[in-house]
Amino acid sequence: MTEPKTQQVKSVKLIYFAWVRERVGKPQEDIDLPAGIATVGDLMAWLAKRGDEYAYAFENPKIIRAAIDRAHVRPDATIAGAREIAFFPPMTGG
Amino acid sequence: MPATIRLQREPFDAAAETAVLTGGRTDIGAVVAFTGICRGAEDGAPIAALTLEHYPGMAEAEIARHVEEAQSRWALLGVTVIHRYGRITPGEPIVLVLAASSHRHDAFAAAEFLMDYLKARAPFWKQVEAAGSRSWVEAKQSDDSATERWQDAKPRRDAAE
Repeated sequence: MTEPKTQQVKSVKLIYFAWVRERVGKPQEDIDLPAGIATVGDLMAWLAKRGDEYAYAFENPKIIRAAIDRAHVRPDATIAGAREIAFFPPMTGG
Repeated sequence: MPATIRLQREPFDAAAETAVLTGGRTDIGAVVAFTGICRGAEDGAPIAALTLEHYPGMAEAEIARHVEEAQSRWALLGVTVIHRYGRITPGEPIVLVLAASSHRHDAFAAAEFLMDYLKARAPFWKQVEAAGSRSWVEAKQSDDSATERWQDAKPRRDAAE
């Protein structure tokens, strides 16, 4: 019944669109989330430190939009339980 | 109420889609049809094509959510939304919204509501191809404002013709 103290490593699928995809250099990837990443904003800050291409993609996180499991979310949204997290620029459909 | 939502690469025929929506029915008194068309120039500079990228799965779900919202706000008798993706050249249609109702007000309002939401909330991104270069279209603040104005609007299901 007792929970182990070490947090389980959680794998999540990340998907990128439009210029976020071009800057990161790949359309999607599976990553293991480190402990301490609680929100979408935390995740963007962590991604920005993964390399030059990520730093470029996430250099201005305020303008990047996110979706968890195909629904729009704000940067303060919790990512607990997420299977698929997408990052993209403001939408220009219609 | 029947709703048709389609994402496709191919062009569509607005008149044929309208005939499908209204065929065999006598309850519909108004259909508003909006077609968005690819312009041949952006900010005065000629373009070769637009390429639309979308988020498969989420795009359909997001459109369906807003169709349901429109159905709850207005007395609609039918809705069709078709959004294309891929490469689209000037003069070709990009998006179609059909809203059918008994009286015109509901159809006009629902079509405008759906287009405002598609512009700002549906996960599509336009890339402009011009003179050998490519650039992503930037979102307009006016599109966000157009969406926000519906957030205070109360449902109007009692509107008279």
